[in-house]
This record gives sequence, structure tokens and C-alpha cells, in this order.
Amino acid sequence: MTVETAWAEAMTYDNRADPYPFFAELRKTPVVQVADNLYVVTGYRELLALAHDPRISSDVRRSPLAAHLAGDAEPPAGVEDLQAHGGRQPSIIVSDPPNHDRARRQVMRHFGPPHSPDLIPSMEPGIVGLCNKLLDDIKARESTRFDVVDDYAYPVPVTMICKILGVPRADEPTFHVWIRDLLTGLDLGPDAATDEGRARAAKGRAAGAALRHYLAELIEQYRHQPGDGLLSDLVNDTEGPDGPMSPQEAVSNAQLLLVAGHDSTVNTISNCVMTLLRNPGSFELLRQRPELIPRAIEEVQRLQSAVQFFPSRSATDDIEIADTVIPKGAAVHLMYSAANRDPTRFANPDQYDPERPDNEHVGWGSGIHTCIGGPLARLEVNLTLETFLRRVQSPRLVDDPPPYRRSHIFRGPLHLMIDVDHITD
Amino acid sequence: MSAASLVAELVAAFRAEGRIVIVGASLAGLRAAEALRERGFRGKLTVIGDEPHEPYDRPPLSKQVLEGWVHPDHTRLPRRRAVNADWRLGVAATGLDRVNRQVLLANGDKVDYDRLLIATGVRARPWINPREAALEGVFTVRTCDDATRLQAALHAGPRRVLIIGSGFIGSEMASVCCKLGLPVTVTERADGPLVGALGGVIGDIAARMQRDAGVDLRTGVAVEALEADDGGHVRQARLSDGATLDVDVVVASLGSIRNVEWLEGAGLASGFWGVGCDAGCRAFDINGVVTDNIFVAGDIARAPHVLYEYQFISMEHWDNAVSGAQVAANNMINLETERCPHLPLPMFWSAQFGVNIKGVGVCSFGDEIVFTQGSPCERRFAAAYGRQGRIVGAVTFDHGKWLDYYSALIERSAPFPPPPPGYDQPAGATPIPARFPDPRVPTEIPTVVLTGHDPTTRGAEFRRRS
Repeated sequence: MTVETAWAEAMTYDNRADPYPFFAELRKTPVVQVADNLYVVTGYRELLALAHDPRISSDVRRSPLAAHLAGDAEPPAGVEDLQAHGGRQPSIIVSDPPNHDRARRQVMRHFGPPHSPDLIPSMEPGIVGLCNKLLDDIKARESTRFDVVDDYAYPVPVTMICKILGVPRADEPTFHVWIRDLLTGLDLGPDAATDEGRARAAKGRAAGAALRHYLAELIEQYRHQPGDGLLSDLVNDTEGPDGPMSPQEAVSNAQLLLVAGHDSTVNTISNCVMTLLRNPGSFELLRQRPELIPRAIEEVQRLQSAVQFFPSRSATDDIEIADTVIPKGAAVHLMYSAANRDPTRFANPDQYDPERPDNEHVGWGSGIHTCIGGPLARLEVNLTLETFLRRVQSPRLVDDPPPYRRSHIFRGPLHLMIDVDHITD
Repeated sequence: MSAASLVAELVAAFRAEGRIVIVGASLAGLRAAEALRERGFRGKLTVIGDEPHEPYDRPPLSKQVLEGWVHPDHTRLPRRRAVNADWRLGVAATGLDRVNRQVLLANGDKVDYDRLLIATGVRARPWINPREAALEGVFTVRTCDDATRLQAALHAGPRRVLIIGSGFIGSEMASVCCKLGLPVTVTERADGPLVGALGGVIGDIAARMQRDAGVDLRTGVAVEALEADDGGHVRQARLSDGATLDVDVVVASLGSIRNVEWLEGAGLASGFWGVGCDAGCRAFDINGVVTDNIFVAGDIARAPHVLYEYQFISMEHWDNAVSGAQVAANNMINLETERCPHLPLPMFWSAQFGVNIKGVGVCSFGDEIVFTQGSPCERRFAAAYGRQGRIVGAVTFDHGKWLDYYSALIERSAPFPPPPPGYDQPAGATPIPARFPDPRVPTEIPTVVLTGHDPTTRGAEFRRRS
């Protein structure tokens, strides 16, 4: 198999349930060119080095990716959406210092320690209450089959991120569709070149525009009438050293946080349930030893990284690494999902071991772009899993593998049907 | 029996029945004890510590504890595994009898060992005048008891705090005083804070940080005398520039003294700089010959470092205590081929005036500095230190996430200045002299002299510089 083929297969929707053999193939060369101007990094140590290398830019405006992969004037929807033109400002994930550092500081002031240390911990009772309510609802339906994604994993992070941002929960059905279409249209693999792929991309572009429009209106409203939540705080902050965030930038970051809260955490919860049920004995093990839950979650994140990579990076200089020279200007994909199974770093990397020692995976990224929502996601996944373990009796997977979402960036089950004996109180 | 199987049998027997004594019950001592058990030592393990407390963590003592939001009792080090040791706490080791392989204790006990780990660390250097150092209100901070007392004194609302010396600990304490709203003066004999570790260029930035926070920083100034009221409580300080200060609390942060006195006469290469050892943590004897049964770890260890021209370097860094302890433990229960070297890349951190300072390498080994990322004016930056065209250290202010990059460069002796980043380049990113203290200037450090006239009376002697 050539590296070009391995890369294409890894990105194809048909292989979404298990792209890992193709990553293993790619990893034979930890840093490798897979297309013109595109290098993928699948080795653990090489990925860490590049994640901390100030010659790697995350500013999507510098990446050759959009033009190159689309091969014509029209870039794929999602990539265009990540870009900043037409007066748009890049979000923190697609920008470089010093703008990145300033914007991340502005967001963090309202999101975590040291200025808002209580925000995330204060979500706990709400999360537990919601988890219990969702299981109560399933129980009330008197069915022994339910969809872990739609019925359980999805509502928790969405409700919480809406609350944190100050986005009305009532609008969720509307933007839920937009976000789904936006991410479905974001395809950098071979499927993008098909007629369906182009149609999905067009739909995604329209959805992205609608979502931004919606958020821009909401933020404009908050600017004139401050309210609860991070978005309002962000654009009205006069106390912080960096002042308020511009409305344009707030829109981009609101979109980022809303998508992450919508998708990555949902996938992580679903991946956890799926992985436990795939591995006989592990559900019971965690039930008996709930203190292992945090480690078990990290192990799932290692095995099934909810963010497989993020396609915005490029080299600002020739970078020599692992017997390869990444030329200046090339796009560089740091493949967290592949590095997390690097056998030179993790023994038996394809095996699930909730008690794995030294599990320093890169499923939350590394360096200055380390997941900003990680602490919130960890709390949400912990509590949803804990509640699930306590109340759901004898769960079994109905389909394995389950149907997957289209995205190869935010990878996770579309649905995860399970049969259960019953749900306890 | 082949030599290999004989060695294997020896190792197995030692692991099952050997006697290991660790002197020093702080970070290095505890982690070494854990690593010994982790790696299969099942014999008798004794840990000796002069403080009555279980091993505790020191970094919070000059920060969170003084601020008052962490109780000194809550800094106990987490236990990573059971060590099943005989803990002899609250009793100091007073001597080492290498002939009979015994550690002598202050209470008269003698503890037998087959292998010994020296991890007695350092203590705070007290204020130079013993009478003044004993006054009420004069402190040093090294132990949790020190921190408890100083915390009480700071929270009693002194009129002014005087901090003598502005290394990391002194600067951190000045930062705490500002946070507590206490008027604070810092005197520093050098040109600025942190100059010894990071040089004058960074010292200037640190000085601005202090002054902006409201610290009355006086550089190039020494304290000449501390004066007390009738009750024996310090009330005034006289400075070398003729000024006097009304102060109720004085903290001497003058660096540290290595706890080597108990080794006097033992014939080891121990002295002012620590206990010399090889990169495998094995102590040298006084003639520079390596021992087989005595190991050294933590602040007191002084080993040649391959990256720094094999100079003997001791590091008072948290990371060094942990990694040194692990290597020492491994080498104590293995023989030649299974032994490994301790080749740490020094790492350190500090928190002061709202800035997170992190560094890597031996910055003071360099003579040039270049700002590589961020903005020195905004106190958010990374800077690299170079010597003879290669990078030897790096420091970051609120830029710690880039440290791994610089570590990798230092580890492979990459060229200095390093390649410029693709963004956020500081204005004027060209190397400039780092301005470390001129090594020709005499310091407080004693010097060694040879005395006596004829061969039979010749001998070495440490002498304090005036």
C-alpha cells in the first residue's frame, strides 16, 4: 500500500469505524508526505515535538490546504468556514500568538481558574440531575433498547455549553441541524470529490453561514443588553487586561465552543460506553471500582480520540524531523488518533487497559492549543459515565461497529443502540 | 557457575535480604524509598530524617502557605506506594562510619547498612550575624515550621517586611507580601532580582515586575545591621547606602547551605558544594575514587553533567530530586550492566507577581541571551541562553507551554540562536550579553586555600571571604 493510498483510505467514510490499520500503515514513516504540500505526523514523539514547535502555525490563513485539496476555486465548506475572510476573525484554534494568546486569555477569564474557578465545578449538580432525568425518561418509555447518542450522550454537553455560553436552549433544534450539516460538509478526504460530497459541502457552507448569523445577532444583543453567560461577559469585559473581545472574534469563538460542546464531548461519552461494552468485564470492573473512571476515560480518549486531528496547521519554515524535511508552507496534520496508538510509546496500543500506567496520550492535544474545554468535558464524561454505570443494568451493543458520523476530524458514532435489562432508580 | 549467573545471584540475594539506609526524609528520600520497592527491593529499609514531620512538599511554602490559603500541614507529599520502611523521624544523622557501615544518630543509635543513600539536602542560609539572626521577627524559610511561623508573622500585620536577597525564594515572598497588602522592601546586593540564576537582562524585567507591584526594591545595597527593641524584636534595619528602615519582619533569603556536616571525617568528597558523585549517583571518596555502596540524590548531590562540559553541578530543583532518587534507587539494587546514568535536563519554575516563570537547562552556563517569542515588555516571552554557538538554557515568562521545544533543542546542543519562530517574534530578536555576575567578583562563598609550609603540615582549608 502506498502512503497516498493509506491516507486516502484512512480518510474515507467507508473506513470510519476503523481507520486504525491505515494509520498503522502510515506510522511506518512517522512524518510522511501524503500529497502535494501535505504532511501527516503519526509518530507520538514527532507529534509532540511539532505540537511545541513555534515554526508550526495554526493560522489557517497560512495553510495551503483549502486551495490544494479542493483543486479548484471552491474550497470545502468546513475549511472555508475555519478561514477568516470577509471580515471574519479566526477563532483561537486557528490563530497564532500573540492573537491566540490574547484571545485564549480573554475566554479563559470567564471559563476557568484563576478568574472563574467555580464555573466548571458548579456545573456538577446540573449535570447529574440531567443524567438522571434522561435515564428516567428512557425508563418511562418502558423500552429495553435506546440510543446512547441521541437519548443520553448528546443532551448533556449541549445543555451545559448553552448554559455556559448564554445561548438559549430553546434554539437548540435549529442550530443542531446547522452544526450537523456544517460538520458533515467538512470533508478533506476522497469522498469530497463526489457529487454527493459537493452537495454536502454546499449544504455545509449554507449551514455555517446561518449559524454565524445567528450567533452574531445573539452577541449583538448581549452587547446592548448584557446577560448571563460567557458570550455576554466576553464582549462586555472592561476589567481584564485585554479588554472586551470584538464581536466578530466572539462569533468565531462562540461557534468553536458550541461545536466542540456539541460534538467532541458527545463523541467522547459515546466512545466510552462503546469501549466498555466492547471489552468484556470492563463495565463490571468500573462499577466495582468507580475510582478507576477517570483513568478509564483517558484510556478511551487515547484509543478513540474524539478529535482525530485538526487540519489548520502548516510549516512556517523548513523543519527537519524524523529523517524528513517538511518544507516551508506545507500543511501539517498532527494525527492525535494515530500517535495515541504508537507502539513505540504505548505497549499493546490497540488494547483497552483502564489501568494502563503512564498513559500520557495526546487525545486532548498538546502545547498552546491543548483543549480549552478539557476540564469541562472531563467533568461531563465522568458524571455521565458514573450515572450510566450505576443505573443501567446489563447493557449490550446492538450493532458493532455502530454507524458513524461522517466527520473524520470529530469522529464518533452517529447512533449507539444498546439493549439493557432495565434501568434502576 | 558462570560470572553472569553469579552476579544475578548476588543481585537477587541483595534484593531479598540487603539493608538499605536513606538519610534524608524529604522529596528525594521518599521517592527513592518508593522506587526501591517498586523495583523489587524486599530487604530492610530505614529512612532517617531530622524533622519530626513526614515528607512534605516545599514549593508551596514560599507561596501558597505564606499567602495563607494552604495550611502548612497540608503539604505532605503524596505517597505513590507503600514503602514498608522503618521511619526514624525527628532524629538527625550525626556521623558516618564507613568502615563498620553504620550511620550514627543524634540519640546515640547506630544503624547498619549495606548500601546508603545520602539525601540530606540543604538548609536555609541564616542571616550572617548570629545575634541578629536570633531576634524575634527574623526568619528564614526552608521548613514547614519556618513557613508556619512566618505566615503567622505576616498575617499579624507588620508595618513593613524586609526581604534580604532576591533569588527565586526572596522574590516569591516579596510577591506574597504584595498580595497580602504588606509594605515590603527587598534588598539585593546584585543589580537586580534573579540575576544569579537568569542574568541581568532578565533581572531588569524582574525588577520592573517588582516595582510595578509596589515592592520597594533596592539593588546594589546590602543590609549592614538589624536592630531590636527592648523586647528583642527586630524593629530597624541599617543599609549599606546609609538608609534605615523601620521593619517588623525580616526574611533572610540568602540561598542555602548543604547539609554535609554529619559526613565530616567519613572520607567522602563532601563539602561546601555538596557531595560529589558520578552520573550514576555513586558518591566519590575524598580522593575522587567512586564508592560502590554510597549513593547521593537531591539538592546535595553534585555530579558531572555531560551537556555542561562535565562540570560538577548541583541542582536545587524539584525534578532533579525525583529523577535523581529514581536513578539512585535503581543503581543501588543493580550491578554494572543494569545501572543507568542520571542525565537530567534541569527544569525549574517559580510563581511571582502573577507571572509563571519556567526554565530549562543551566541558563547561567550561557553568556548570551536572545528573546525568541512573545514580548519582553509585556512579560510574556520565551528566551534562550547560548554559549559558544549552542543553546544551553531557556526561560519563559507565561510561555511555559513552549518549554518542550527548547528542552529538545538543549538536549541536542542545537545552534544558538535557535531558528526564529513563524510568528510572534519579539522586536530586536538578536543575541545580547546575558549579564551574569562577573565571575571575577568575589562573593560570599568561602574559598579554599592550602596552608602550611612543609609537606607534612600542608592541608586544605575553607576560608570565608570578607
